[in-house]
Amino acid sequence: MEDNNGKGKTRERIGVYVCHCGSNIAGVVDCPAVAEYARSLPDVVLARDYKYMCSDPGQTLIKDDIKEHGLTRVVVASCSPRMHEPTFRRACEQAGLNAYLFEMANIREHCSWVTDDKAKATEKAKALVSAAVRRVVWQQPLQTREVPVTPAAMVIGGGVAGIQAALEIADAGFKVYMVERDPSIGGHMAQLDKTFPTLDCSACILTPKMVSVSQHPNIELLAYSEVVDVQGYVGNFKVKVKKKARYVDEEKCRGCGICEEKCPGRVPSEFEEGLGKRKAIYRPFPQAVPNIPVLDRDNCLYFQRGRCRVCERFCDSNAIDYEQEDRFVDLDVGAIVLATGYDLFDASADMRYGYRRLDNVISALEFERMCNASGPTAGRILMANGKEPKSVAIIHCVGSRDTNYHQYCSRVCCMYSMKFAHLVKDRVGHDTKVFEFYTDLRAFGKGYEEFYNRVQEEGVTFVRGRPAEVTDVPETIDEVGKLIVQAENTLVSRQVRIPVDMVVLSGGLEPRSDTAEVARMFNISRSQDGFFLERHPKLDPVASMTDGVFVAGCCQGPKDIPDTVAQAAAAAVRAVGLMNKGKIQVEAATSMVQAELCSGCRVCNKLCPYSAITFDEEKKVSVINDAVCKGCGVVAAACPSDAIVSRHFTDAQILAEIEGVLV
Amino acid sequence: MSFEPRIIGILCNWCSYTGADLAGTSRMKYAPNVRIVRVMCSGRVDPTFVLKAFQQGADGVLIGGCHPGDCHYSTGNYKTARRIPLLKKMLDQLGIEDGRVRLEWVSASEGDRFQALANEMTEQVRALGPFRPAAPSKPAAMEVAALAAG
Ligand code: FES
Repeated sequence: MEDNNGKGKTRERIGVYVCHCGSNIAGVVDCPAVAEYARSLPDVVLARDYKYMCSDPGQTLIKDDIKEHGLTRVVVASCSPRMHEPTFRRACEQAGLNAYLFEMANIREHCSWVTDDKAKATEKAKALVSAAVRRVVWQQPLQTREVPVTPAAMVIGGGVAGIQAALEIADAGFKVYMVERDPSIGGHMAQLDKTFPTLDCSACILTPKMVSVSQHPNIELLAYSEVVDVQGYVGNFKVKVKKKARYVDEEKCRGCGICEEKCPGRVPSEFEEGLGKRKAIYRPFPQAVPNIPVLDRDNCLYFQRGRCRVCERFCDSNAIDYEQEDRFVDLDVGAIVLATGYDLFDASADMRYGYRRLDNVISALEFERMCNASGPTAGRILMANGKEPKSVAIIHCVGSRDTNYHQYCSRVCCMYSMKFAHLVKDRVGHDTKVFEFYTDLRAFGKGYEEFYNRVQEEGVTFVRGRPAEVTDVPETIDEVGKLIVQAENTLVSRQVRIPVDMVVLSGGLEPRSDTAEVARMFNISRSQDGFFLERHPKLDPVASMTDGVFVAGCCQGPKDIPDTVAQAAAAAVRAVGLMNKGKIQVEAATSMVQAELCSGCRVCNKLCPYSAITFDEEKKVSVINDAVCKGCGVVAAACPSDAIVSRHFTDAQILAEIEGVLV
Repeated sequence: MSFEPRIIGILCNWCSYTGADLAGTSRMKYAPNVRIVRVMCSGRVDPTFVLKAFQQGADGVLIGGCHPGDCHYSTGNYKTARRIPLLKKMLDQLGIEDGRVRLEWVSASEGDRFQALANEMTEQVRALGPFRPAAPSKPAAMEVAALAAG
């Protein structure tokens, strides 16, 4: 087509379309006036305003005009390009116009939605349209490239979300690498005793799935492993995984457990929330998958004092290997599902409730372990003195819905708190007094309200109010030796002091402590609450901002098990869809060096974060590898000879846009 | 009538532009003076863009990028963070006050932060008054023009 240098003289035929977006734009911006103004701009041959440009008739309007009026450029003034740029690009392409000859002016998110003043909003919309019109003249057709998609996926995190995602992908016929940081998969769900509202035994419904993961021919489980580096892009990720030394040869170990039995080291068990002990060589719990122990070097007598080697002596299969070292494996995958879960809010941060300061104030997960038949108390709810409590207070929203900690609702605490109440009645006896201190009761799921009614009928007392403190300082004789919960019952505006034997703190769910690093590694964003940010809060809650990286479960935000499983299955489908296609279009807006202008200074060589630039020793110029370049444009801004063109974001295009926005 | 400054916001696609989108989606009102130009990364911001903006009559330029460590292209914003202070030194010599150019980090979830910045910047530039290269620095203004053109 035209020569770039001839611009200004060569006439383009631009069509401008101003969208009303119902009243979203037209309620504030005078759309006909903006279209009218557009008609006065150079090279614009037609301008229309229309109710919904993204609708079928709206797109048809563009397509027909391209054909009938021979448009060579199209500008749509509507929402954010992050929303509908692909829609309009496709419409242009269907009418035979290269997608990169289309430009969008964001007059909704950046104009009508942020301005009340109609005159000023209209003026701003005109400026944005003027900018787009001036920019589009300089745009050039580009060809997108197709690259193959590696037919394998990686699932990071082996909780119920990861397990579900991995099984779905594997069942669809694709290879899955599952990476789990802990010695066993299972996640938090494996720690739970019962699940609300059906009171299914958590382990009973989870364990079969864990076993399926270990036996599925398409799943390769990398437990006790961590992702340390991620390179590449959608369809072609290169992931480096560190397999931490277990000091047990996975090939040889038969999982008999003799090493564990004989090991003299005893340390608090993480899985039992410190309530029980484990050995220095251990499986976190009996149903662990893989069923291979891990030697905890920091607590091993041999590693710390140089003597012992008992496990080695007793192991028939010679599986103990003290020389084992961390290993690194490089894996190629086409799609990634992040299912890294959550941390339970550490209740000791909220000093008022005395967690870790007062006996018999316990966390939710400690309570779960206590209730579990294979837990540290063999399923008995016991106080520090080994007796059963006669009264229990359960405090909701610890760390949640609290501007001091997390503003959000953790969505599961109301329900699991009521499950706790039921379990107290069930295990300790129906005459046990149970008090639920709640903020609001949120029983929103299927069967949840019914469960709430059931617990009420079981005689649990509900007190609406967030306790001010839990103390062991008595004021009356009845309070001696008790924990006293001080709260305002906000339904009757009255202060209450309730003496109980045990207090359970229903902590909220918070982002994993290393979420920031993980987000960086996978190049995705986090929302204000710290969880991973989904691509769209309504319409795309399973994709991240980075193509090919999907999110599932509580790493995206607190949710219950059914929602987690649903999201994981959805993420899996997206990953499968991507791999099924086999090919993917990649961004054409990369950078290139104009060899004739390059002085060979090599300034750009080191600036590129992807090492996409090499130096051609023969020609003495720098060369950009198109397949590796991601088009950030950093080097275009740095090149002293202006030899680097950042395609679709060229100097000429951006300068024209700046000029246009300032008219 | 009070002076209405004209401010160009050059924002990176991944964080700050998305943050500005979020301000819109959340219907957070802010001064209509800030007009946004999108680049893929704040590291794409060539000092020429800023000069061009002033040459074309802008009163202020707000450059937005991802928070340090969060750049979609891993390190683009570090380069911006090094370039802009240099640019500011040069602008100073050209008689363009420091307050007219700002580099800020806005994440995709910080709609409120973008709103606050847009308002702040507008007030700050309003206080500085319209950008007019001072008389003695006329050659400087021409230099701006020459640089922008070149
Ligand atoms: S992508 Fe936002 S600063 Fe680089």
